[in-house]
This record gives sequence, structure tokens and C-alpha cells, in this order.
Amino acid sequence: MKTKFVALRTPVIAMGVGIAITAVLLLLAGADVLAAFGVLLSGALTSPSRISDMLMLLSPLLLCAVGLTTSFAAGQYNLGIEGQMTVGGVAAMWFLRGYHDGSPVVLFWIGAVLCGMLMGAVWAMLVAVLKRYMHVSEIFAGLGFNFMALGLALYLVFGPWKRPGVASMSGTEPLADVLWLPTITGTRLTLVTPVLAIVMLAVVWRLIRHTHWGLQVRACGLSALASVRMGVPATRRTFEAMALCGACAGMAGALQIIGVYHSLVPNVASGIGLMGLLVALLVRADVRWVAFVALFFAVITSGSIQLPLALSIDSSISGVLQGLIVLAIIVARARRGEESA
Amino acid sequence: MHVSIQQINKSFGPVRANQDITIAFAAGQIHGILGENGAGKSTLMKLLSGVYKPDSGQMFINDHAVTLGTPRHAVQIGIGMVGQDPLDVPVFNVLENIACGLQMPNDADIRQQITHWSTTLGFPLSPDQRMRDLTVGQRQQVEIVRLLIAGSDVVILDEPTTGITAAQVDALFAALKAIVATGKTVLFVTHKLDEIVALCDTVTILRAGQLVGTQLAMPVSKETMLIAMFGEFFTHAQLSAKPIPTDAPRWKLHDTQLHDATFVLGPLNLSLPKGMIIGLAGLEGSGQRLFMHHLAGITDPDRGQIDFNGTPITRANPTVAWLPADRLHEGIIGAMSLREHVLLMRDSLLAPLQTAYEKSTQLIADYAIKATPDMPLQQLSGGNQQRAMLALIPESAQGILLEHPTRGLDAVSAMTIWHRLQVRRDNGATVLFFSADLSEVMQYSDAILVFFGGQVSRLLARDTLSEEALAALIGGVGFAEVTA
Repeated sequence: MKTKFVALRTPVIAMGVGIAITAVLLLLAGADVLAAFGVLLSGALTSPSRISDMLMLLSPLLLCAVGLTTSFAAGQYNLGIEGQMTVGGVAAMWFLRGYHDGSPVVLFWIGAVLCGMLMGAVWAMLVAVLKRYMHVSEIFAGLGFNFMALGLALYLVFGPWKRPGVASMSGTEPLADVLWLPTITGTRLTLVTPVLAIVMLAVVWRLIRHTHWGLQVRACGLSALASVRMGVPATRRTFEAMALCGACAGMAGALQIIGVYHSLVPNVASGIGLMGLLVALLVRADVRWVAFVALFFAVITSGSIQLPLALSIDSSISGVLQGLIVLAIIVARARRGEESA
Repeated sequence: MHVSIQQINKSFGPVRANQDITIAFAAGQIHGILGENGAGKSTLMKLLSGVYKPDSGQMFINDHAVTLGTPRHAVQIGIGMVGQDPLDVPVFNVLENIACGLQMPNDADIRQQITHWSTTLGFPLSPDQRMRDLTVGQRQQVEIVRLLIAGSDVVILDEPTTGITAAQVDALFAALKAIVATGKTVLFVTHKLDEIVALCDTVTILRAGQLVGTQLAMPVSKETMLIAMFGEFFTHAQLSAKPIPTDAPRWKLHDTQLHDATFVLGPLNLSLPKGMIIGLAGLEGSGQRLFMHHLAGITDPDRGQIDFNGTPITRANPTVAWLPADRLHEGIIGAMSLREHVLLMRDSLLAPLQTAYEKSTQLIADYAIKATPDMPLQQLSGGNQQRAMLALIPESAQGILLEHPTRGLDAVSAMTIWHRLQVRRDNGATVLFFSADLSEVMQYSDAILVFFGGQVSRLLARDTLSEEALAALIGGVGFAEVTA
């Protein structure tokens, strides 16, 4: 019981410290602190359309965070998550461009998501291979591949896939209307993405916590040398974990194309992967907390959009709060002598 | 400087590592601190040197109460500790390592002091040698000199003879005697009775976190010390060596040459038979570890071939178990429990995760591991971690490679471990090990390989060797006659 209490105490204190420092910053900016926190926490929940906007952020965030807990479990800091999301979107768009009037729409949706997952997995595997065989840190390789993915998307948007006559940052020729995932009436939200995110959460939770495969992945993350010594196929498990993470990110990218943007935009990832990294840094390989933390982050990020209107405070305060909480947690862990992953 | 502690208590969770410890250490003497693994010796020394803070109790220096905050603070007050593993900056030279922690370093002054202490203590140190080029024993010498230059009046050494050569042990003992002759105090932590007898003026014995003998003036008989340490008597089992069999070998090396960054070994032509315990003898760093890594298939030889049971050895051979000395980095996974390790080593991906409980409980009982099946192994003492690693050797292992198998274990645990390895041997497994302790090599090996000057001797039956003859071979005397 005692250990459980201690395990919970650290995040709670860290969250308190993060909130306290944010409050000080708000005070220094001359803002009404309580009102600002009120808007942050409830701004996303005051109307059905705001709730649906929050869920539109939460779903891809959850997919990325779930994927990242897998790569974290394997000891890999997959900073390439944004790029994996981007190429997932590119692959989905590539598949959907093959659509002709009368083709079975559902098959094209499934195909696009699978293409996105496959491409995301391949993009992540490139990083894993560079790390394993060329000794390139996955952090730097991942960042490099992010830029390459962005370059690929930009090239397609302004080059081969540009709208006839106009090349614009706003994206390629939009998908045919029938290919847009159906939304709940009155909102832009499709139910497919949240449902798939929850399914992936359940699958990864089961894999990491309750299978021998997950045990081996965690062992590789904790000590690669010792795992190899005990006969764990460490290279394979690390590759598989990275591929699974890339597949989750690719799925998120594909769903952003089919369900949100309806065309390929250069910024498919739009920082969601990085926010997923913050979530994963907080929960590490502990899948149980992913949903709560992702929900919290999505709520305050969406809520912060109301801040400039309601209180003339810049919405970036939500990012400040998230960053401070993560920092406080990492400091608390370091003080306890734990590693950050 | 007189150091004394009163009513010191320190707990880690439910474990009471030190209970009501009260001792006064007289200046100008070597004080032995003796106890089996987990008795609380290291904890007590870490309290004295400011690494840990006591839960309760008081410490006095020259009868003034002090509270130590950090190791740096302790050094300023005059208490310095040489840890089990030397902590230094490998790319620095000796001078830089010593200077970097001092208040106002003046190179010329430090150089002169290094020369002074090296001469006084008989350590062959030069200020310009790089740390990474030194042996563990030499790095320990640098550490001692560093503490003395920093002004330590009390020097604490935690198991300092682990991992250093016999000659370095002799040099260390002479140096410690020279240090106390200047009026300073030495606290010497060990679980080896012989070292207490050879070196110490007094002995303090800990058992399960409590004092069972305080500042007993030497000589104290070994029997008395053993009874205090264990609370019971035990006798050494007499062991006889097995003759060298001639049937198909376990390992066979054909014209094999091995190397690492600094060292070349070979070419070697050797057959290591089935069902033997083979000790690797030689000065520290004569290629024993390199040899083992290759037999385990972790590294491929430059040239030639290594066969295991007639086929070339591969990295993932499940019938070869390698137990590295660096337990927490290479051996086990600190954050995982024994039960998780049992599961990890199963090859079936489909095995249910709940099933390893009974097996783990069995291993805990068989190997007397102080743990529960679900306790993370990093929470165990070093000796218990070692027992856990030994317990995890698969039943199917036909080749067992051990680096310092009983390092950090007390005498009773070591005997238990060796008994189990002998059973493995009798069932046909070939066990190879190296140890810093020559008497362990002599006591438990059926045959011995001597490493000297980049070469390995042929397999020598232990019964043909005396400890003196082996020591001579290790030093290279008569080595040419025993190479194949």
C-alpha cells in the first residue's frame, strides 16, 4: 500500500508545482489566475462543438502517446513520431488518390489506414536500423527523419499532387466528398478515430503488461545487455516496438487526412506527436495512465483557445503548464534517483 | 582525530540496515569492520562518509557533535572513503583527478604532494599517467593519495582487496600501516577473516545490522569471529578434483586468436572437456575476461574457430550461460523481479505470465535468496543479486561461464554456490570461472588454465599443482613448460 501511495504522490506533487508556477506567471502577466484556470479546465467542455473539438485533438494524441509508451518501454526515445505521423498521412493520401467513382469506399478507408500504419512503421524502422547497425542515436535520427517527412509532404503538396493551377500550403486537391469520414451531425468529429484510439490503447496495454512479448520488450528497455545474455531476442523486440509505435503514429496521420483535413497538408502532425512525447514522458511505459494524461492535456489545450476571447490571455499558457508539469515530474524522478524512461 | 558514533539507526523501507550502533574509533589504528553480506557494513561506512544520513543518532569528531551533509562535507571535515569501485575521470591524468576536487589547487604543490605520498606509501604513481591506462589496483592507490592530499584524517576502505592483484594487496596493507603510523585512522571493511588477522588492530563485527562485537583488540581467533558473524559453526567441505576426461570436448578452440582494444590473446588450441570445473588463473587483466566473452559467443574471434559440442559457437546459444561480474549492467535487470526473470528466460511467447510463481519460490528457497518473487532485484543486497543470477542458470546449461562467482558472498553462501556448481559438473556441465581469490581457484577447480603474457597454458590437473607452483606460473616462472 505504501509503495502505491508513494508512486502516486510524485505525479500529484509535480502537477501541483506545475500549476503553482503557471499561476505565478499568470499573476506576473496581470491576469485573473482563478478565472484563467477556470477557462483552461472548462473551456473545452462548455458546448457540444467544443467537446467535439477537444476529442478531435485527443484521438490522434492518444494514438501517438500509446505508440510512444511502446517505444519507451523498449528504451527508445522516438522523437521521430511527428515524421511517422506525416508519412502515414502521405501514404493514406497516396492510396486514396486511386479512388474512382463507384469504388467501395469502406475498403479505401481501411486500405488508407493500413497504408498509413505500414509507412509509419517503415519510417520508424529506418530509425531503429540506423541505431542498431550504425550507432546513430534514435533521438537525432528521429529528428532528421521528421524534416525529411515534412520535405516529402511539401514536395507533394507543391509538386506532383498540387491543385490544378494553384500550389498552396493549404494542401492538395481535396478528397472526393464520399471519402470524408462521416461526422456527428453539427460537429466536425468522426467517431472512427476515438474508437480506433481506444482499441489501440487496449491492444497495447494488453501487449505490454500481460504478454511475454511485452515482458521481453520491457527487459530490452531496462537493460539490453542483460536481456541478450538471458536469451531475449533484443534486436527483434526493439524493432517490433519501434514499428508498433510508428504504426500508431501512421494511423493517426492517416485518420487526420481522411477525417479532418480531407487533403494532404504539409503539417499533418501539427505538434500532436510532440505533445504525445510529453504525455509519454509523464507516464513512461505505464500504459494505465496514458488515457488520463492525454485527456488532461487535450482539455487544457482546447480550453486555452477560449483564453484570448474570454480574458485576453494568450493561449500558449496551456503549453507552458504542460511543459512545467512534465519538467516537475522529471525533476522529481531524478531526485528519487530514477531514470527518466 | 577521534571519531565516534552513538545510537545510529538507518533503515531502508522495512530493512533495518543499522540498529543502535555505538562505536568510538581510536586514532592511529586500523579498525576492521567484519560481517557477512547484508550485515550493514557498507551502510555504516556510507553514514560515516556522508553518503547517507542517519534516521537517528549522533556522530562526534573530537567530542564535538557533527552532522554530515554530503561526501564533500565529510572530506572537508577529514573523513574520506574509497568505494568498492573507484570513481574517477578516466580521461584525466592522476594529477587532474586529484586536483579537480581540491579547494585551491596549485599544480606544483600537488605534484610535490603526490610524490611525497607515493614515496611514503610505496605506490608507484606518476602525476602524468592517464587513469584509463591504470589497473583497478592503481586507481585505488590514486584514490587513497587523493584523500590524503585533501586532508583526510580518517580513511575508510570498503572491501578494497576485491579485484586487485596479490602484489597490490600487499602494497595496500603496507601503505595502510604507514598511514596509521602518521596518526591517522583507517577503517577497513571486509568479509575476509585473513585480512582482519593480517592487518587490523581492532575488529568490530556486525550481524544483521547490529553490533555483535565492538572494538575487540586483535588477536581474536578466527573461530570467535566466525561465531560472531554467523552465530553458528561450520566446517570447510573437503573436495577432491576430478581427473581430466579425454572424450569429445565441450569447447574446442582451433588456432583461435582473440583481441580487445588493448590486448591480443593466442593463437590458442585447446580442448575443454565435459563435466569439469576449470579455473582461469592469472594476473588481473591477462585475457581471462576476453577468453570468456569468446567462449560465450558474445564476441567473434579474429582468426580461427571456437566450437561448442562440435558446432561453431553462436551468441544466442541457450545451453551456454554467461554470468558477468557487472551484475546490474550486464547480468540482471534491476527493475524486474525474480519471477519476471524466470518468465523472461522462457522461450515460449505464449506462456501465461502467472505461472512462474512456484518456480521462483523454489529458487528462492534453494539458493537462500533473501527476497520475495516479486521484489525488484535492485532492492536486494549484492550477495543476494549474485545468488539470484546463479539461480537463473537454466537447467539445460552445458557450459557455464562465471566471472567472480562468489564475489561479495560470505563463506557459507560461497560454499552453497560451489556445491550447486559441483552438482552441475557431475551432470556433465563444464564450468569455467575466474576469481581474484587464488585459494578459491585452488579449492574448487578440477583443472586450471594459466593466463600469462598473451598466452594460455594447457589444461593443468589441479592435483598436480600446489598453490606455490600456481603462483609461480601466474608470475611467468616455468610458464613455457606448460604451454602446449
